Amino acid sequence: MAASTDNKMQVTNEVMILMSQVNKWFGAFHVLRDINLTVNKGERIVICGPSGSGKSTLIRCLNRLEEHQSGDITVQGITLNNDLKNIDEIRREVGMVFQHFNLFPHLTILENCTLAPIWVRRMPKVDAEALAMKYLERVKIPEQAHKYPGQLSGGQQQRVAIARSLCMEPQLMLFDEPTSALDPEMIKEVLDTMVALAEDGMSMICVTHEMGFARKVANRVIFMDEGQIIEEKEPEAFFENPENERTKLFLSQILDH
Amino acid sequence: MTKSRKYVRLKDAPLLPPPATEAGVTGWLWQNIFASMTDFQSIGACVRSLFMIFFSLLLVYVFVDQTFSLMDFAIFSAVWSDPEGLKREACWTLQQGGALPDGWHGACWPFVWAKQKFAWFGPYPSEELWRVYLSFAIGIFGLIWVLVERMPFRAQVGVLMLTIYPLFAFILLTGGNSGASFTGIGVWIIAGIAVISVGRIGATGYLGAVFSSVSGVFGIVGWGIVALNVFRGVAAVDFNLTPVGTGDWGGLLITLVVALTGIVASLPLGIVLALGRRSKLPVISILCTIFIEFWRGVPLITVLFMASVMLPLFLPAGVNFDNLLRALIGVMLFSAAYMAEVVRGGLQAIDKGQYEGAQAMGLSFWQSMRLIILPQALTHVIPGIVNTFIGLFKDTTLVSIVGIFDLLGAGQSAVADAAWSTPVQAITMYLYIGIIFFIFCFGMSRYSIFMEKKLSKSRRH
Repeated sequence: MAASTDNKMQVTNEVMILMSQVNKWFGAFHVLRDINLTVNKGERIVICGPSGSGKSTLIRCLNRLEEHQSGDITVQGITLNNDLKNIDEIRREVGMVFQHFNLFPHLTILENCTLAPIWVRRMPKVDAEALAMKYLERVKIPEQAHKYPGQLSGGQQQRVAIARSLCMEPQLMLFDEPTSALDPEMIKEVLDTMVALAEDGMSMICVTHEMGFARKVANRVIFMDEGQIIEEKEPEAFFENPENERTKLFLSQILDH
Repeated sequence: MTKSRKYVRLKDAPLLPPPATEAGVTGWLWQNIFASMTDFQSIGACVRSLFMIFFSLLLVYVFVDQTFSLMDFAIFSAVWSDPEGLKREACWTLQQGGALPDGWHGACWPFVWAKQKFAWFGPYPSEELWRVYLSFAIGIFGLIWVLVERMPFRAQVGVLMLTIYPLFAFILLTGGNSGASFTGIGVWIIAGIAVISVGRIGATGYLGAVFSSVSGVFGIVGWGIVALNVFRGVAAVDFNLTPVGTGDWGGLLITLVVALTGIVASLPLGIVLALGRRSKLPVISILCTIFIEFWRGVPLITVLFMASVMLPLFLPAGVNFDNLLRALIGVMLFSAAYMAEVVRGGLQAIDKGQYEGAQAMGLSFWQSMRLIILPQALTHVIPGIVNTFIGLFKDTTLVSIVGIFDLLGAGQSAVADAAWSTPVQAITMYLYIGIIFFIFCFGMSRYSIFMEKKLSKSRRH
């Protein structure tokens, strides 16, 4: 599949995320160092790098699951600061999918999906359920709607988590290693869902080591190490001729199998 | 298929029924009883098996013997009625001047029947007892409605039971017409509304970020003040009932009032304290921690003594509040501190990802607590919560040392009645009280097990 031929996947000039000079420390540990990143609407960014390099922290800063100490982050024109209103507004526009799904085990799949639309968007229950069923169909598990998360396989749970985020109809999706906790035979179903999402024009930032996925859908691949963005390129160029030594080393380690 | 090797299975192995030692009644008996006592393969195993046989028989003997003794005392040898109105003589042996054979040992139930009203209601006036019966009846009816799953509108009935019912029972039991001034109550209600408004304004972020994160506390306090004063206001209305002061309450009535108030108040208070202790704001967290550690650090008896003996010394002359109310507040705060620690245990068991999931979806702190965190945390600690409830129910007996006659206190004073003086008088009364306590505590325990099973069925992790 040639990704760029699809019209929906066109990148626009509208800036969605602007990070400038962002720094973050965990105690004395400098985890993000001078991050500058611009993401336009419709872009699909893959972030990779060795463990502990700050990839997850970077995307968790975008919806204030982590607080940055200096620099500016703007999402959809809203500045991320201590103002709770801004944070709430950004969280409504930005969906997030976690490594460990973080579904709510005491609620059914349908309730998991309708919770935020009902309580955050103040949507009537009937409408929220219709919306949830629409997205559950899109991730191909409408028949599981009345089960509890614990009764589903890992891959199914992650697809529910994607549907749950989509129910808020976000402008941007953040994926934090969505396939790392899955058994190998379940990775494909989740990646397929994500590819379909990308083809529909969703802007997304993915922290992942699925290089096949990166080649297929990303229009930029970012390599991070020790809290810095070391290399940032289109996928072809990134995989074929990485410039930085650390990128080369990393790629040789994860691709040589 | 030219040739088959020996180790390749060509057909599925058949599915066989389990051996008798693995399934069914025989399997159960074997695994749980006989497996440990029929091994005679070696000398060590022989000794072990013989020991097991010996101790099993010994335990069976002790159990049967004790059960029989109790049954004999309480049922077979017991005196059940006293048609001639002999009182203590009905339970006397020949030697003591009665009609029962010498060496007789059994319960003297007529004594309990005669003291029944006193044990249940203390000195509550007999002609007003219908008010107690009515509030008990409605309480039991409402409780069953809420606890039985098949009933419709359970949540609504539950809300009524927690709001209207206490007020209704309070007015019925005391007679209302408390004499509180309506002007004072009005001022309090306005003050409560003011606190709520401050909280609302704070929530919009108008008064600064720190304030907006504690604005929920203002809401809770404000609504608490308003609710309390609406309660006081209605209780001050004259319903034309004969007033019955709490000094005339007693027995099981007191036990239930103290226990239920403690149970109902301790859970929400405990939740608030537990959340407060885990708060990121140091002031709130330190205050809650001090509160919890203080109340956990003193014995309940001390609290009750302080409330009934010391507190009046510190209050200005003429200010007097009800002895029972003081004890109630003591019990409430005491059990809230214990409950807070149980709830905190549940909160700590919740994965950080659950908070993050809720946050990332845009739920506010209170929404994520109410919808995501607390339902899971409380489910985890049902055994601990019910444990605290049961402990509280039994601790209510301590109020008898500050002159409030609960079931045990009333029973004890009934035992002092010389008209029923027999050697079995005290044992019979304590057996009776023990049975009543057991019924309540065992009931709570069974319901908690039922809830655990139900929740673990629908919420498999």
